[in-house]
Amino acid sequence: MKPNASTLRPHPNLARWSGYAVLALFAVISLGPIWIAVKTALSDSRTLFSGASSFLPQDPTLFNILRVLGFANPADPRLAQMSYGKIDFFRALVNSAIFTLLVSIPQIACSALAAYAFARLQFRGRRLIFFLFLSATMIPGIVLFIPNFILIKDLGWLNTYQGMAAPFALMTPFAVFFLRQMFLSTPRELEECARIDGASYFSIFFRIVLPFHRSALATLTIITSLSAWNEFFWPFLVGRSESVRVMAVAINAFRQQQAGGTPDWSGLMACTVLGLVPIAVLLVLFGRKVVESFQYAGPR
Amino acid sequence: MSDRKLSPVLSTPPVIPRVPPRRSFFRSILYKDSFCAWIFIAPALLGFTVFYLLPCVRAIYISLTDWNLLRPAKFVGSANYSRLWGDPNFWNSMRVTLFYVLYNIPVQTVVGLLLAVLLHRVGRSVALRSVILAPYLIANVIAAILWFWMLDPLLGFVNAMLHSMGFGRIAFFSDQNLALPTIAAVNIWRHMGFVALLFYTGIQGIPRDIYEAARIEGAGPWKSFWNITLPLLRPTLVFVLVTSIIGSFQVFDSIAVTTLGGPVNSTRTIVWYIYESSFVNYRMGYASAMSCALFVCLTFVTIVQMRILRSSQSELG
Repeated sequence: MKPNASTLRPHPNLARWSGYAVLALFAVISLGPIWIAVKTALSDSRTLFSGASSFLPQDPTLFNILRVLGFANPADPRLAQMSYGKIDFFRALVNSAIFTLLVSIPQIACSALAAYAFARLQFRGRRLIFFLFLSATMIPGIVLFIPNFILIKDLGWLNTYQGMAAPFALMTPFAVFFLRQMFLSTPRELEECARIDGASYFSIFFRIVLPFHRSALATLTIITSLSAWNEFFWPFLVGRSESVRVMAVAINAFRQQQAGGTPDWSGLMACTVLGLVPIAVLLVLFGRKVVESFQYAGPR
Repeated sequence: MSDRKLSPVLSTPPVIPRVPPRRSFFRSILYKDSFCAWIFIAPALLGFTVFYLLPCVRAIYISLTDWNLLRPAKFVGSANYSRLWGDPNFWNSMRVTLFYVLYNIPVQTVVGLLLAVLLHRVGRSVALRSVILAPYLIANVIAAILWFWMLDPLLGFVNAMLHSMGFGRIAFFSDQNLALPTIAAVNIWRHMGFVALLFYTGIQGIPRDIYEAARIEGAGPWKSFWNITLPLLRPTLVFVLVTSIIGSFQVFDSIAVTTLGGPVNSTRTIVWYIYESSFVNYRMGYASAMSCALFVCLTFVTIVQMRILRSSQSELG
């Protein structure tokens, strides 16, 4: 009886270990380029050629990180030796943080309110409005960006935080759809008890529905704030001035500064690494939650 | 409202009042479904109307005008659309985009499936999944600049490795034939982990006893993948294909950071061309016409896909 189980799958250990090997290879492919960026950011710019194929930084230094943030000592001789690109990346990181907050907090709040109405309240036009919201996910961004750009320009909001955040701040079809699916799963008894106790829809929403779906709200917060942090196209169209531009726009501008000659690679990689820090922190602190957020927010 | 709290010491069975106690007009309105509903959806509906619905209508109107933002828009009817029909640049960018999608989707889907099956069979740790998801959490711009650096002909890590192994250096981003596949590869790198995770979730939803039954019937892992995993994964597959094809058609960020549409238009995808027409050359009418055409194409592609993949049906019922 016993040997049957192993004869069904020949060499189970070989298969298992080659599976591990392939997974390890993909882990290296995923993280390798990020490590090379870290290596470059920590290397002295003069060693870029000689150390191109090394895995470790040459003459490790924090100088590149400090100089793109504007914290380098102005008297540092290295600043004069090389023709470094000009960038105030500290400003860009602050702008990205502001943009992320301005987008995610109101977006989640407004989307949650609407999602509750779609999930639980009866009103005329509910199906039609929800259908319209859903179809909006099909519209390519560029179709909306042209008229939205003109609107923001007419409002005089070019190069302002409100202009950059406005189109995302009140809702996204995804947020409404996702939260509606969640709210539909609230146990009816909970809400009905509160109803019988005389609670209004507002107190049911704030006291029962929202606390019950803490986890889903955390998921949406992670997805929304990450995509806001990474957003490029729209801020690139309406927020290019140095005072408001976000991380991705600043990196692009920094790269285009030296479009002709050799880019300031160590500076660029320092910016890249700094742009990755919040993501790395999130993954290290809440790895499981982040992974599950992306895993389960997909098809439903 | 404490007066209506039912005391447990009452000897008679508690009776829930059928009619709520009288409230003021203002308070009673807060208990009406329809009134509350409109308050609940008002902010989102405002955002939807101002930034989705009206712009969509306006985009169609702009596409019927000649407008450079300086002078008032001039209504020209369908002139932009007939010009688009005869514009070789438009067709070139459509072709480039189509090739980008064709490079992207099959590789991404196959790699994603492979990773998902491996994650399911040998390694289920959260750490491994977060490592594989990591590239997806990175901004497009950062992923592009990262690989632009890795693949730099002179200083990049990949070329330095190729060189030290005795191969020639390859100008990935500035070779007319390589630029587009390279950008597609960067996109695959960024997306493969996410796609794998979605498939992994789908595989986890397949009941274990189906595999057990197949194993008892003598099916090996390969056979059970083709006959069980793949068919039962169809809803996930549809979702992944539809969303990633729509996404790939709209590639922009990585081109803006690396090739800017070059060399010789070889990476001038449709969204990049629309961007150039509208925000560099200020031909708002023509750009809108192209964006509306893209919208129609994408809708068509999605409907065809849904039909082919029969998304609404699932073998699990």
